[in-house]
Amino acid sequence: MSEENQFQPRIAAFFCNWCTYGGADLAGVSRLQYPPNFRAIRIPCTGRMSPKFILQAFRQGADGVWVSGCHPGDCHYIAGNMYARRRFTILKNLLEYVGIEPNRLHFSWISSAEATKFQQTAIEVIESVRALGPATRMVKDIRRVA
Amino acid sequence: MTQKITSRPVGAVMVVGGGIAAIQASLDLADSGYYVYMVEKSPAIGGVMSQLDKTFPTNDCSMCILSPKLVEAGRHPNIKLITLAEVQDVQGAEGDLTVKVLQKARYVDLNKCIACGACAAKCPKRIPDEFNQGLGKRKAAYVKYPQAVPLKYGIDAANCIYFQKGKCKACQKFCPAGAIDYEQQDQELEINVGAVILAAGFKPYDPTPYPQYAYANFANVVTALEFERILSASGPWMGHLVRPGDEAEPKKIAWLQCVGSRDLNHCDHPYCSSVCCMYAIKEAVIAKEHSHSDLDAAIFFMDMRTYGKDFERTYVGAQEHGVRFVRSRIHSISELPGGSLRLEYVTEKGQSKSEDFDMVVLSQGLEMSPDAADLCRRLGVEQNQSQFAATDSFAPVATSRPGVYVCGALAGPKDIPLSVMEASAAACAASSGLAAGRGTLITEPVEVPQRDVRGETPRVGVFVCSCGINIAGVVDVKAVMDYAATLPNVVYVENNLFTCSQDTQDKMTEVIKEQGLNRMVVAACSPRTHEPLFQETLQAAGINKYLFDLANIRNQDSWVHADDPVAATEKAKDQVRMAVAKASLLEPLTEAKLSILPKAMVIGGGVSGMNAALNLAAQGYETHVVERDNALGGNARMLRTTALGEDVQEYLIELNAKVEAEPLITVHLGTVIKNVDGFVGNFKTTLVGDSGEELLEHGVALICTGAGEYKPNEYLYGQDPRVMTHLEIDQAVLGGELDLSKINKAVFIQCVGSREPERPYCSKVCCTHSVESALAIKEANPEAQVAIIYRDMRTYGDRERLYQQARSKGVIFVRYDPDTKPEVVTEGDSLVVKAQDPILQRTIVLEADLVGLATAIVSHKDEHLAQMFKIPLDQDGWFLEAHVKLRPVDFATDGVFMAGLAHYPKPLEEAVSQAQAAVSRAATVLSRSEMMLPGTVAWIDQRKCVGCGVCWTVCPYQAITQDDNGLAVVNEALCKGCGTCVASCRSGAPNLRGFSNQDVLAQISVMLQG
Repeated sequence: MSEENQFQPRIAAFFCNWCTYGGADLAGVSRLQYPPNFRAIRIPCTGRMSPKFILQAFRQGADGVWVSGCHPGDCHYIAGNMYARRRFTILKNLLEYVGIEPNRLHFSWISSAEATKFQQTAIEVIESVRALGPATRMVKDIRRVA
Repeated sequence: MTQKITSRPVGAVMVVGGGIAAIQASLDLADSGYYVYMVEKSPAIGGVMSQLDKTFPTNDCSMCILSPKLVEAGRHPNIKLITLAEVQDVQGAEGDLTVKVLQKARYVDLNKCIACGACAAKCPKRIPDEFNQGLGKRKAAYVKYPQAVPLKYGIDAANCIYFQKGKCKACQKFCPAGAIDYEQQDQELEINVGAVILAAGFKPYDPTPYPQYAYANFANVVTALEFERILSASGPWMGHLVRPGDEAEPKKIAWLQCVGSRDLNHCDHPYCSSVCCMYAIKEAVIAKEHSHSDLDAAIFFMDMRTYGKDFERTYVGAQEHGVRFVRSRIHSISELPGGSLRLEYVTEKGQSKSEDFDMVVLSQGLEMSPDAADLCRRLGVEQNQSQFAATDSFAPVATSRPGVYVCGALAGPKDIPLSVMEASAAACAASSGLAAGRGTLITEPVEVPQRDVRGETPRVGVFVCSCGINIAGVVDVKAVMDYAATLPNVVYVENNLFTCSQDTQDKMTEVIKEQGLNRMVVAACSPRTHEPLFQETLQAAGINKYLFDLANIRNQDSWVHADDPVAATEKAKDQVRMAVAKASLLEPLTEAKLSILPKAMVIGGGVSGMNAALNLAAQGYETHVVERDNALGGNARMLRTTALGEDVQEYLIELNAKVEAEPLITVHLGTVIKNVDGFVGNFKTTLVGDSGEELLEHGVALICTGAGEYKPNEYLYGQDPRVMTHLEIDQAVLGGELDLSKINKAVFIQCVGSREPERPYCSKVCCTHSVESALAIKEANPEAQVAIIYRDMRTYGDRERLYQQARSKGVIFVRYDPDTKPEVVTEGDSLVVKAQDPILQRTIVLEADLVGLATAIVSHKDEHLAQMFKIPLDQDGWFLEAHVKLRPVDFATDGVFMAGLAHYPKPLEEAVSQAQAAVSRAATVLSRSEMMLPGTVAWIDQRKCVGCGVCWTVCPYQAITQDDNGLAVVNEALCKGCGTCVASCRSGAPNLRGFSNQDVLAQISVMLQG
């Protein structure tokens, strides 16, 4: 597939305000380039991530979801990222069970100083979702329903 | 000047320095009603901490934890940053000082610079970058580091082609903001303050003078600070572990300890630098993590000094992690062909060995910087024999000059938490004489009455920023504007060259009023840096500041998709659409006002508690000291002297008298705490004493409950009266029951109960205490034979001098390993200590008429108190601070602070400064009559709540409780707005204001509509 015809995945990203959002900002300051395939929503803490945000993103047609927060022990709210991790593991199993490929859902720990890690992870997430092609499993397709 | 003494003191303080200590001192003062001038020599604040990769013992990323403090200091309305400046002279008396400051020209107009970096990009001159320890290059037009505060560029005239040769001016030509000003001149400022705090930090020791370490000649011998930059993600190799010589990844690295410390041969530094053992362990562990191969990391040391909170665990953990620790003396380093290095060393057993490494890190010590030494001399501040600013144990942050205080490494080598603690202590000490001037020089924000917009249709204004060419150079700003105008609820769109500039803010205020806007979206840079600024603008226009959202189309769009303008423009449109969708749903939030009762309760009447009470009273706050014993004094009643030889009992008498004479202090002896209700500003505590129960209302609480002494069941303790603990010896001497001049043979055994599996921590004070006792015996009876049997001598800092003194006076030091512990036995009437000497490799037998056991300090493990105040205990029973590095005396629970042994074992002077620090932190609460709480807190829709308890279980702040109906209710005073409860509830009862389910779902819904 040539570069122009490459599948352009659409990814919903959720970054915690204190770590990964800062890392994304620093990637900008450092002018580190990555493909423009995700849209980020800032949340106070990954502990804020309701599973329904992820489900809603898939229902809206997102090809992938990326949640990223603070490293274990660095949570601004003591342990929100640990709750997120536990919740996330269960949701990921459930999604796999209903037929969503595991690589559509990503979770990472990126601190506000890890600009390079942010760039690398962004590329990895985008490429792994790109490899899977469009997600249709949770999108209500009117034509198919009718 | 002299006639002013009777008038009110000046309510401002100057803080000299820009590192973490200076920042903390400034924030404490500015938050408790004093105006602060922060004078920093370099172009930006941040100090050495900004250069570190990680911090021990938690391996927290240094910049991540520092950066919020930098921004807070940079934005604080009552802190004035004066960068590129040095103090020349101080005149006057405490309370009214005139300081002369010389500020160097930056050649960049601070008000115009937008930190776009165009000047640095175009500057043709490349020079070694000091921030990266010369391992990278910077331009002559530069910013010190990417997160610098103030984030303003500057021109280094000494290296600038224009200043040196008269032509170039590339920076001026390309600066989009017209900020370059070659005509700027150095300025002399005269500033009136009540006190000065010196926090000028230290200089990392330069190992060039060590010929045998060949730092200057061998490329792959680096200093520890260079290694920090190598490890740092923002360093010269973006955090890739490489050696400078050939940029190859090292497979074997050696750390050499005590370079420039504990050494009289190469430098005049007999003291221990206190931090190097820990940072070497940290670097070794992090390097192993960074390495792609199985890195062999070895630390060559004399004594491992891991004496702080959780340090010993880190040491043991590093050993388990595979870091090798080699007890040795290094003889020399030679370079092998290819750049690797050969270490020649002598082991403890006296064997000569050699080993090759790819890279060698010199654990450089800390020393007084020549500039800071000059400053001390100019100001008439005495220096101690190690050249650091001199202080005494009972006034640990006061210098020899009244009105001038000191904190951090300027007063001796120390780690970050101790520096932060001293910074708060200095803020407390500097301001106690200025209490009458508090609040007189600060600016209070003017409150604009807010228009009630509830029920109005959303009218969203969108301001799209070009940021010079930072955004507009990539994103089609016009297309984004046109698109924004088509979005629902958007009634006004405008483009600004620089939305953040002061004149644009003024215009925006007018626009908001004229257009009747009730929501605002700015498409520009990051909310992390600019949200508060735009919120202030909204507030100035009479609109609730929470009716705002920022679309980050610079840091997270134009800057990262520079090569794809079409996609970047599409992304910007999506970002604006999402922000408008969220903004349309936002509701005005109220910030709860909390009244603060200006009254403190101090729990514990030892040295920490008494100092805390006296300092609170000096700040003008009514204070209640609750002590369960029937007398004040605590453990200090059993101590003879401090490490500096000061008389502790004399001090206690003085302290007691001061407490008694202080009308603002009430002491409750023989009293314990039964119950605590309420929260910051409004605690209600039930005390139980001899006279029954009493209810005490107070605004803050200071936990100064101390610790106990371990009573051993080994070494014949309790069986032979000649075997005594530290405190028992001191007590017996104080009581006249023990005459040291009658002691002919004494043996001290270290680490009794410390560094053991059941108590895996170092008690910090015992090595020094035994050395002091040994010296006292030698003093009383020079003929006495004294031996100290130890594991590692941990006489950190200037205490090392006592250790050297003891050795030179003939005290014998015998090391032991935990598996070959010494034995104490009786042979007939005599008491005998048997120890395995690892140097002689045989058992040595020492007769003793006194055996001193350096017993552990043990926590009271006061779980009841912990539960009542909702504060955590760590695994050893010490109270766990809010953050081990940057909030060492605070708790996650607001309004509760701690000092002294309740936190961790520490010497007396640290307890005193910690008490002052706790008071400083408490003053940031008490100095306000009321507190505003952020509006972004959780609330519970009780119609949906079933009282299952998940939310109050997961809440990290115990902010959710059960009401009388068994349903959940949020205490807004405790909620920090993390949203964990919202995501955890199966019924959807909790929601988070500002980040509600609806807000986030709206953003998701429109995210993919583009």
